[in-house]
Amino acid sequence: MNAPVTTRRPVVVTIGNPNTGKSTLFNALTGLSQRVGNFPGVTVEHVVGRLLLAGGEVDVVDLPGTYSLSAQSPDEMVTVDVLLGRVGAVGRPDVVLLIVDATNLRRNLFLASQVLEIGLPVVIALNMTDLLDTQGITLDLDRLATALGVPLVPIAAARGSGLEPLRAALSSAIASGQPSPLLVNPALFATAQTLSSELAARGVDAAPAEVERALIDDAGYAERRLIERAGEEVRAQLQMLRHTLAQGRSLATLEARDRYSWINTVVSAVERREARNPGWREALDRYLNHPVYGSIAFLFAMALVFQSVFAWATPMMTLIETGAGALGELVRGSMPAGLLRSFIIDGVIAGVGSVVVFLPQIVLLFAFIIALEDSGYMSRAAFVVDRLMRWCGLSGQSFIPMLSSFACAVPGIMGTRVIGNPRDRLATILAAPFMTCSARLPIYALLIAAFVPANRYLGGLVNLQGLVLLGFYLLGMVGAIFTAFLINRLAFSGPRSRFLLEMPPYRLPQLRSVAVKLLARVRIFLKRAGTMIFAVALVIWALASFPRGTADDGVTSVAPAIADSYLGRMSRTVEPVFAPLGWDWKVTAAVIASFPAREVVIAVLGTLYAVEDADAEGEQRLIDRIREARHPGGDPVFTLPMVIGLMVFYALCLQCISTLAVIRRETNSWRWPVIAWLYMTGLGYVGALLCFHVGSLL
Amino acid sequence: MTQITLANLAPGQRGTVSGYAQDDAFTQRLMQLGLVEGADIEVVRCAPTGDPIEVRVLGYALSLRRVEAALIFIAPSA
Repeated sequence: MNAPVTTRRPVVVTIGNPNTGKSTLFNALTGLSQRVGNFPGVTVEHVVGRLLLAGGEVDVVDLPGTYSLSAQSPDEMVTVDVLLGRVGAVGRPDVVLLIVDATNLRRNLFLASQVLEIGLPVVIALNMTDLLDTQGITLDLDRLATALGVPLVPIAAARGSGLEPLRAALSSAIASGQPSPLLVNPALFATAQTLSSELAARGVDAAPAEVERALIDDAGYAERRLIERAGEEVRAQLQMLRHTLAQGRSLATLEARDRYSWINTVVSAVERREARNPGWREALDRYLNHPVYGSIAFLFAMALVFQSVFAWATPMMTLIETGAGALGELVRGSMPAGLLRSFIIDGVIAGVGSVVVFLPQIVLLFAFIIALEDSGYMSRAAFVVDRLMRWCGLSGQSFIPMLSSFACAVPGIMGTRVIGNPRDRLATILAAPFMTCSARLPIYALLIAAFVPANRYLGGLVNLQGLVLLGFYLLGMVGAIFTAFLINRLAFSGPRSRFLLEMPPYRLPQLRSVAVKLLARVRIFLKRAGTMIFAVALVIWALASFPRGTADDGVTSVAPAIADSYLGRMSRTVEPVFAPLGWDWKVTAAVIASFPAREVVIAVLGTLYAVEDADAEGEQRLIDRIREARHPGGDPVFTLPMVIGLMVFYALCLQCISTLAVIRRETNSWRWPVIAWLYMTGLGYVGALLCFHVGSLL
Repeated sequence: MTQITLANLAPGQRGTVSGYAQDDAFTQRLMQLGLVEGADIEVVRCAPTGDPIEVRVLGYALSLRRVEAALIFIAPSA
């Protein structure tokens, strides 16, 4: 193949263990020039930023933190693919920037030794060097650099020191293109090389490093991919080579043994550790993991998170809603009535408002999540609560996403990124929308106030209305646990739930680092989820606004009565489907119109029953009107069984375009939002059906 | 004599990894994290409910569930 003449910018790929300050370094190098993207077909994100070096600008691609190149899932395989230059969007990396935690050299050198063998130019950023002294560690950096055979730059990313020499080292590595010479197990590599040339002769392009991974990770993802490309006979070939090389043990066991014995030789020659007092970190850990104090600290931290998304965000959300309303009024006053005004007020302003209204919750929740992660507490919280969550079919890391879903599933699902195990993450994503979010509250509040008697028990201490509301919160939780259980039973994807979590040393979160990560999350939401939410809001507006009717003068076009709009016509067409639930076409129309967001159902019911204002008085009038609503035969529409059924439907259904958009974004496919919508709507329908019929019998 | 596993160690007890009950992707991941044969390991503490446990290996802290710790054979330190 001819080398194409390209004018593309050189590509630097950053890789390292989790909790090594990798993203802090990435942020320090690239600042705000970051773009977040998804790799095709997997849920892994790659962040790309710009870095100005002496020789010009380069693209820096930040890979997710990993402990090993051994890939058991497509998500883990992405890292290997990027290093091998198999990802089109990235191209072949010019330099690998490997981040190594100086205070945790042994474990970090495992991944380092794997990366060094890939055959790419590598620059090592030795991070956390500012902490060596306090931990009583002395390192012989020159000897370490010699042993690793590549340029090594000591840095302290959190303080921004050592970045200038690091940039210089990256420049010269790009210029020289000198690959690292390390080979921990030459016999294994030679075998991989032989097979690689054999495959090349058969027209299959597989780099020696890739064949080596396929050999080592028996039944892993690299093997699967190689068999896909080179055919079934490779499987037997790999098996035979494994047998010869490993002699009864797994190659992965031998790889770990070989690499760690190499690491022991290197580290014992360059590292001296003096015994030091455990220090404040160890003392903090004793308290934060203590049965009593630890649980109190955990409850306090979670109360803070819950308080922020539920209470502190509410005033801001009200402000946004009021602002959008006021803006709408302003337009109403300054424009002639007509299609354009309706489009701007009920389509554009309402649509943008329905996106922006999520921002306070997302910003607050993520500020907490990022700060908790950066400080190292997130792992402790997961540690404390894992047992309880496992009983619910989830993992300790699911706790914060589930908790914040009581406010809103959108930030909750975005928060599942902290969950390492793919199946636990999927279970959490699908369970989160069941939690009673703040959008369900107005529906419950209206219908309970209207139809549930305010009976008091235990001397007025307990109110039936309150009990019913509690019941719906519990119903949501039961739905979530049932879903998590179902996912674990059906085992859709990924290995079984494991809990293997590093407990990183406590660190003070850096304001700048938190701010940069927060900004990235907000951008993703606005760009990916926001556009879709906005589009659907416009579609619903159009359905309710067309076909245009004619005013009394016979000329001016006016908005149709809902009964005559496309929405009304659709509702009457599908009315038979919902008739078994006791719904008439108006309720059906309100439910369809609330597809973008549950809380819309109140406003649509208001319109349908010709109530103008949605203030407290308006709500009372709406309650009076819906009580009077009758089926054509004269029976009341809103009977208690039908109302309870309607609430059960809203408790279980997924009438929330924002949640669907976020599930799509976080799973990187349409499969899961579609499945989730069908599953939840189905549950809601069956629940409402049961309530209506069983209730009507009583 | 039954084999001692990491799940048998009480907080504060140390030992050396001597092998695994199985050889699969999960135990291989443990080895990649430094729990290779001959590695020193210490149980630091249990979660308030007794599970998972936190261990110290290669100078860093790792938490894992008891069912998983039971896959790791331990030779008690002298």
